[in-house]
Amino acid sequence: MTATTDRHTGQPVETVTCTIDEVEVTVPKGTLIIRAAEQVGIEIPRFCDHPLLEPAGACRQCLVEVSMPDREGNLRAMPKPQASCTMTVTPGMVVKTQRTSAVAEKAQEGVMELLLMNHPLDCPVCDKGGECPLQNQAMKNGRATSRFSDVKRTFPKPIQVSSQVLLDRERCVLCQRCTRFSEEIAGDEFIALQERGAQQQVGRFDEQVLDFAPPCGGHHGADEGASGPVSDGPADPALASSLRASGPVDIPLGIAQPDASGQPFASYFSGNTVQICPVGALTGASYRFRSRPFDLVSAQGIAEHDACGSAIRVDHRRGKVMRRLAGDDPAVNEEWITDKDRFAFTWQSAPDRITTPLVRTDGELRPASWVEALEVAAQGLAAARDDGGVGVLPGGRLTVEDAFAWSRFARTVLGTDDVDQRARVHSVEEAAFLAHGVAGTGVGVTFGDLEAAPAVLLAGLEAEEEAGVTFLRLRKAARAGTRVFSVAPFRSRGLARLDGTLLPSAPGTEADWLSTLATQAAGDLVPAGADRETLEDVAGALSQEGAVVLVGERLAGAPGAYTAALRLAEATGARIAWIPRRAGERGGVEAGLLPGLLPGGRPLHDADAREQVAAAWGVDPEALPQSTGLDLDGILDALSVGQLSGALVGGVELADLPDPEHARRALGAARFVVALEVRRTEATELADVVLPVAPPVERAGSYWNWEGRVRPFAQALDSSALPDHRVLDALAAQLDVDLGAAEPLAAHWAIAAFGAWTGPRADAPVTGASEPPAVGTGTAVLASWHLMLDDGALQDGEEHLAGTAKRPVARVSAVTAAGFDVFDGDLVTVSTDRGAITVPVAITEMVDHVVWLPTASRGCRIHDDLGARPGEPVRIAPAEKGVDA
Amino acid sequence: MTDMLTPVLTDTWDAESSWRLDTYLAHGGYEGLRAALAQDPSDIVQLVKDSGLRGRGGAGFPTGMKWGFLPPPDGGPRYLVVNADESEPGTCKDIPLMLASPQHLIEGVVISSYAIGCHHAFIYVRGEVLHVYRRLLAAVQEAYDAGYLGTDIQGSGFDLEVTVHAGAGAYICGEETALLDSLEGKRGQPRLKPPFPAVAGLYARPTVVNNVESVASVPGIVAKGADWFASMGTEKSQGHGLFSLSGHVTRPGQYEAPLGITLRELLDLAGGIRAGHELKFWTPGGSSTPIFTAEHLDIPLDYESVGAAGSMLGTRALQIFDETTCVVRAVSRWTDFYAHESCGKCTPCREGTYWLKQILHRILDGEGQPGDIELLLDLCDNILGRSFCALGDGATSPITSSIQYFRHEYEAYISGTATPPDPRLATLFDDEPQAPAAHAGAGGR
Repeated sequence: MTATTDRHTGQPVETVTCTIDEVEVTVPKGTLIIRAAEQVGIEIPRFCDHPLLEPAGACRQCLVEVSMPDREGNLRAMPKPQASCTMTVTPGMVVKTQRTSAVAEKAQEGVMELLLMNHPLDCPVCDKGGECPLQNQAMKNGRATSRFSDVKRTFPKPIQVSSQVLLDRERCVLCQRCTRFSEEIAGDEFIALQERGAQQQVGRFDEQVLDFAPPCGGHHGADEGASGPVSDGPADPALASSLRASGPVDIPLGIAQPDASGQPFASYFSGNTVQICPVGALTGASYRFRSRPFDLVSAQGIAEHDACGSAIRVDHRRGKVMRRLAGDDPAVNEEWITDKDRFAFTWQSAPDRITTPLVRTDGELRPASWVEALEVAAQGLAAARDDGGVGVLPGGRLTVEDAFAWSRFARTVLGTDDVDQRARVHSVEEAAFLAHGVAGTGVGVTFGDLEAAPAVLLAGLEAEEEAGVTFLRLRKAARAGTRVFSVAPFRSRGLARLDGTLLPSAPGTEADWLSTLATQAAGDLVPAGADRETLEDVAGALSQEGAVVLVGERLAGAPGAYTAALRLAEATGARIAWIPRRAGERGGVEAGLLPGLLPGGRPLHDADAREQVAAAWGVDPEALPQSTGLDLDGILDALSVGQLSGALVGGVELADLPDPEHARRALGAARFVVALEVRRTEATELADVVLPVAPPVERAGSYWNWEGRVRPFAQALDSSALPDHRVLDALAAQLDVDLGAAEPLAAHWAIAAFGAWTGPRADAPVTGASEPPAVGTGTAVLASWHLMLDDGALQDGEEHLAGTAKRPVARVSAVTAAGFDVFDGDLVTVSTDRGAITVPVAITEMVDHVVWLPTASRGCRIHDDLGARPGEPVRIAPAEKGVDA
Repeated sequence: MTDMLTPVLTDTWDAESSWRLDTYLAHGGYEGLRAALAQDPSDIVQLVKDSGLRGRGGAGFPTGMKWGFLPPPDGGPRYLVVNADESEPGTCKDIPLMLASPQHLIEGVVISSYAIGCHHAFIYVRGEVLHVYRRLLAAVQEAYDAGYLGTDIQGSGFDLEVTVHAGAGAYICGEETALLDSLEGKRGQPRLKPPFPAVAGLYARPTVVNNVESVASVPGIVAKGADWFASMGTEKSQGHGLFSLSGHVTRPGQYEAPLGITLRELLDLAGGIRAGHELKFWTPGGSSTPIFTAEHLDIPLDYESVGAAGSMLGTRALQIFDETTCVVRAVSRWTDFYAHESCGKCTPCREGTYWLKQILHRILDGEGQPGDIELLLDLCDNILGRSFCALGDGATSPITSSIQYFRHEYEAYISGTATPPDPRLATLFDDEPQAPAAHAGAGGR
């Protein structure tokens, strides 16, 4: 990017030339002085300034002297020093910073002295000590000694803002970065400045300050301390008040200060405020007092928790990860990450890590040598291959290098196309959609494209929950005017913060909106009774240049939806992007970890494609599988009836699968199971051989994020653990096949061996919509998605983070609730013949006869507890009646 | 002597029920409005520009020019906001005006709104003055009932709604952008400029923020002409203004006179310094303007002359202190005020006033240290011109100016040789008790 072209349009932009400390600099018009100075390597000290936040001008640390030419061209000095973080450069401006101006230097020293005056100067016990902008800049731009001998202002401390974030008001310099982040970036206005003068503080919700009446049912926990959850039980006043709030309210599981609206603070992005705090005022509970920055070794990483590919920094000490921070990647995550990306890393060193290979003898798994385990596994797999075949379930969290190794192992060693990475609700239509529209398409829609888009339609995607950083970029876009539409059963808090428009839809019927919109955009006759005004509006918005349709993996549960989404994109000209939830899924699609799909989008049944793949893999094209294999459901069915003999399983949590019970029995029935896993899981307990593999922090690799962007990362910790591709390579070697994946670099180059596929793409899916199920008395259609923070295995061991997860509730409309005779906050039981879930009900403005539950939260796992998938009918009743029944 | 006075806004203050609409009408009220509605709005803007009226809230920015900064109409709303948050220590002109003759303000609001194309005006009144708030509400109701507000005002087709809003009592809300934030329901803190209120003010729409006295001066200008107004005052500080005398003066109160009158003349009108005492120091325009002493008695009280003498005309709040006043004590009290009222947004004002307050208290308590005076001056230098808005600047004025004129008093405290007068002598109840002369009404008459 050059200084003279616009990032999005590539158009030249108007520039301004000015002089800073006698250095001439040319920058785009509208550039702030402080940014222009950075361009020529001049650092002006600052606290409130942050390039991604709107200017505040509050700390006054960045004062400089400014002169500007008057109308006659004579240079005139401004009478006062100016804040360089709020003033834009003008032609001919002459700026003198602390380097060349005694006035600026004294002004900065004066402000610094004032900032330190009420600061506790407790650097030796402060987390920020050693990496603290206040400390560093005080050394660089401050007076050597303070003249303050009077009494400092003190505050009780710390305030526990949430179970994860603590606030020390004495250290705070009131730069407002955290409050501006909360307002401008995340949209969670949980803390705000209160009081005035020296008593001004970043405050929590305080009824006395705000003169609010206490919420009905009593006071809500502002001063309960760290004594436990805010409250429990059904008649939760905060839940009850969700009706009165402007939209759905989310309540965290753990302790939380009430936010600016009086609700307990719930944010998925609060960790960013800890990172951008220029002092040690905001600290994270998990890192507090644990280490000093100068003892840490940093490594660049990529977050493994979603498909965004956020850049992170992994800080470790003596072989242990101490914390993770957001990396700075303007093209992807800017400088923000989700709290899950930041705090959820202890799963990689959990006590149930598998450290040696395990082999089952006499029904028990016992530690074994690699030599023995590989031999047993290879023999067992070979036998199973020759006795009906082996199903391959690699899971959705692989690096691309691993994915290619898995794909090659399945096709060449096991000779099967029965491979499916999807450990979730899936469909044949989805596989066709991915083969047709995603695989091998390279970088498509980007984060930057979202920011520049005039309109974005979300379908089967709850951006905040399923792709957090994408949500932040959408919010940035929405604040700049992008219109957001979402096909969903209710307007979530996330959608509300995108100022988005809900296209209400019962789960499973998403295809209706998409297909009618496509019809509208194509100028064809829309069904009678359709909401013509909305259709025209949305179709018109999506027909604008640069519009985007974002589809999520949950469309697999809505027959015809992927088909309709492709039609909609074609009819409007909008670009389409697929955002899965797991980090490895896009890479897996590239590698061909779906039945019928070879690497790079090559169809299994295309002769040229087979030729190319066979050449790259060094096999005869005829040796590649001849017919399209089974998908996840098919593989499990085949295992359970003995059609398939063995299974090779990667990082798959059986409880995540659409029918966990069926999966358990299927793997139990398999004659031979090999599992590659980091930690003990249900799958490893059913395996005959378990081969341990390295978690991301102990290996190098790369993810492909949903954009299609390659996101390489280096190994952070020394480790003897092996990545999947090395284990598979060794396993293949046992069967005399060279997988070419023994070394990370070799594995990486193996990907490059495939050029772009220029042949015909797989056919687009042609699936019609299906009718929604009939709902009788006492039943409703189940809607569901994963919450970002839930019961997922990758969040294990981080209880501070778990405390900020949303409390599971059942959302139903008032009409639906009236049918079951439940009131807001009452416990309801949602049940199927398989089982039941009892949670509080939250009356929500939403589609009638639908009940929404989180997919896999604590005490609420719809697949495992109910055996149900979204779109299927479930029974719902008040808890007591449900228990009686 | 009283011919030095030019009662315009104060003309009816001594009338029976001066605050009633009937009284106002009987004295020629709303003639300016009738004249205004017959003219093109742009002509009124020009008229006010020609009159030389400058903002009476302290800064003295030309009112007509401020109106002229509004962008051309774009069909959306534009607002007039009247700053009636009079809070500057010593300033007591807008509150008596609204109490004694609120219709003056309301007529000014209608004319000003007509001139700038505003159909919804707001009057932001300081919340503590409940009696003024009530009177203003009643006066606005009277104006509605008589057709001076509402739709089709006086058959002109011009519509105007007026909302009277009571603030919650923060000095900072007298700063125009903090006032706008407060009016929008937010916490009152000054906004970053640009954008200026003329471009994006209330609810991000073009907005004019004018002081009560400025707006109330408009009807006279429209009724009697720009030349009439400009005939008063000096070349660059034209027109009449309210001078509020308070403190150790025989007859405190509001004196309406042409700009450029001197304190010596005003003191003559007010009966001089209280009997048996002599002038020690005074503020020309409230506590935020550097103090003057007896040597400044003949400085014309206009923007230029006061500025040239090292202070500011400010709000013409003349606080008079005689020799019974300990200047260090007075400055310490003012500094307490600024420390209490600092909004907290920017470092120099928030932290600086907190520190200044402690140093002054220490000096007063006999615990001053050598170097404290230099420290005070250096801190003031680090606050003045470094803070976000003018509040921080104002906080330094009493300190630097008092050290300039009375450095020896500070030194005496620090060296332990101070012999301050008994504070009770400075009160009006312990030293020859006098009946307070200034209720709402015509001081000097």
